[in-house]
Amino acid sequence: MRHIIAVLLENEAGALSRVAGLFSARGYNIESLTVAPTGDPTLSRITIVTSGTERVVEQIIKQLNKLVEVVRLTDLSEISYIEREIMLVKVRAVDSGREEVKRLTDIFRGRILDVTESTYIIELTGDDQKITAFLDALGPDNLVEVVRSGATGIARGEKALKI
Amino acid sequence: MELSGGQVLIEALKEEDVEFIFGYPGGAVLHIYDALYEQNSIKHILVRHEQGATHAADGYARATGKPGVVLVTSGPGATNAVTGIATAFMDSIPMVVISGQVQSRFIGSDAFQEVDCIGITRPCVKHNFLVESLETFAETMKKAFHVATTGRPGPVVVDIPKDFTTPGVTVPFDYSKPVEMRSYTPAVDGHPGQIRKAVDLILSAKRPMIYSGGGVVLGDASEQLTKFSRLLNYPVTNTLMGLGAFPSTDPQFVGMLGMHGTYEANMGMHDCDVLIAIGARFDDRVTGELESFCPHAKIVHVDIDPASISKNVKVDVPIVGNVGQVLGEMVKIIEATDKRADSEAIDEWWAQMRAWQSKDCLAYELSDKVIKPQAVIEALWRATNGDAYVTSDVGQHQMWAAQYYPFDKPRRWINSGGLGTMGFGLPAAMGVQLAFPDETVVCVTGEASVQMCIQELSTCLQYGTPIKIICLNNRYMGMVRQWQEFSYEKRYSHSYMDALPDFVKLTESYGHVGMNIDKPSDVDSSLKEAFEMKDRLVFLNFVTDQTENVYPMIEAGKGHHEMRMNPSRELA
Repeated sequence: MRHIIAVLLENEAGALSRVAGLFSARGYNIESLTVAPTGDPTLSRITIVTSGTERVVEQIIKQLNKLVEVVRLTDLSEISYIEREIMLVKVRAVDSGREEVKRLTDIFRGRILDVTESTYIIELTGDDQKITAFLDALGPDNLVEVVRSGATGIARGEKALKI
Repeated sequence: MELSGGQVLIEALKEEDVEFIFGYPGGAVLHIYDALYEQNSIKHILVRHEQGATHAADGYARATGKPGVVLVTSGPGATNAVTGIATAFMDSIPMVVISGQVQSRFIGSDAFQEVDCIGITRPCVKHNFLVESLETFAETMKKAFHVATTGRPGPVVVDIPKDFTTPGVTVPFDYSKPVEMRSYTPAVDGHPGQIRKAVDLILSAKRPMIYSGGGVVLGDASEQLTKFSRLLNYPVTNTLMGLGAFPSTDPQFVGMLGMHGTYEANMGMHDCDVLIAIGARFDDRVTGELESFCPHAKIVHVDIDPASISKNVKVDVPIVGNVGQVLGEMVKIIEATDKRADSEAIDEWWAQMRAWQSKDCLAYELSDKVIKPQAVIEALWRATNGDAYVTSDVGQHQMWAAQYYPFDKPRRWINSGGLGTMGFGLPAAMGVQLAFPDETVVCVTGEASVQMCIQELSTCLQYGTPIKIICLNNRYMGMVRQWQEFSYEKRYSHSYMDALPDFVKLTESYGHVGMNIDKPSDVDSSLKEAFEMKDRLVFLNFVTDQTENVYPMIEAGKGHHEMRMNPSRELA
């Protein structure tokens, strides 16, 4: 099952490699991983999308917690949460296709950021399902370049991952 | 107090009550060595190879419970230390390794003797630090000792660039500030509710087994384990790492379990209805095939490391906490309640246990022509009154030492259980002897293992460590040979030891005493003679039966109830 784990860790050199190293050394799956500083400059936040059996995910969480630089973490998929990912996609857009791509972009509430005679660059934000649906709608033949940020997530309501 | 980086290190080590540093100098640590030169409070032990330094510090730590300290230079100094660091990591041994690094401005430039020590050691340390400035060095040292010795212990590497130790460049030294690490808060006390739940389950058992591991030794909880076990009168088995935590000569002890465990311990595991796992981690050498592991049992698991719980085997009542504290609480609860285990069922269980024991699974055929390795270990036990510190290398001799030398005290049996590092025994024994100069320290080894760190014989002479080396020389990598016999149709691929050195001459050339023993009738007398030489290192080269195997054995893919027994006994 797909899990999205948010991790607060010390904003120190090498901390990210401990997390990445843990996943490769123990054979855990990483679908995506994003990292950036938080409002508190001493902390970074990592969002990892992974998948595995319940037992594997339980181990992933325990092993992450065991890393000395990990301050706190939460498995967002266990609670109510919002997930967003940003995608920049360069699409072949010629002749009648130009209008069709623009229409699709509007339907998915994307934005066209760059226009040339033969291409568009589209920005789209959403969860994994929406982004995948948009790519499917565009069709594989029209895609020139797909750039995805990887998922980030936040708990709904009062719950917050902070110290 | 204004100190240079080298002096900061020395003062920090003094504050941590460090007696010994095991090390080897080199370019990146020359400033530190210069600071060592002008002090007398910490004794530096100059090894002959950095692997020896880590194993010696490891042996010291296992015997004393205090962290071992290692000092190596950058590049090859650091990489040579890696095997020893990984050895300590797998067995959760507290250790602080200080490695020199090239000057900070050269990091990443492929400078002479530069290696990414932090990157290389990351997967085999509890934590590591690259020192960021001279100002933070003392604090980093304090954190390193804190992390290494608390929670589930382990090795910590501190990588220090050379320019932060430059003589004359000083900072004020202050070690009084307590360590603050918001991201590191190891569990201490077990959850009271879980402890109660566990006691209920434990007292409801009809066929219980207490399975305890290295965590009890590391947590200095032998006393609590013994009290707990005696109160319940349940059978106790220890893992290879847990031997000595419960007295091995106690009738309640049913031997080691696992791949080369006793028949009764393994059958007990297979048939038990409640398994009480304490400070053990369900290693594959213990569990055998997971599918058939303890098929009838509810499992209680006490461990200080949450990640050890339900890692390999799903448990019913997990308790995260210090094993000594948890066992102490359990004893209190049991003593306070009227509820007792069904004594009839427990008696029946013991009757079953005694029936299994009557199979005498460790019996072997004696010979008057060739020395049996098991007989050497039994003779060693007699010669040392069962009270020596015994280190071992890895292989058949390690298993025989574990099987035939019953340990009654913790921290006496010192071996590389997790990583299985050949070459561990000799330097580890050296570290133990330095810690306890008046105790009997023995290294049980084989002719293959001992050659992996044989150079430390030189260190042993320099620092006068009169260890006794019991080499069970069967001219084979015995355990490899055994597996090849069982699983590869006796195709002994590269497991024989040809062109062996004359160990007597070799030992003598290092300034020690060497003895060759090839007659069974000489085993006891040679041991007596060796132990009478209290101030000399003696290498006893026992020429043993080449084809002897370690029994019982659970082969790969088999369960606890499917042991292979000694064939010479089966026929009898």
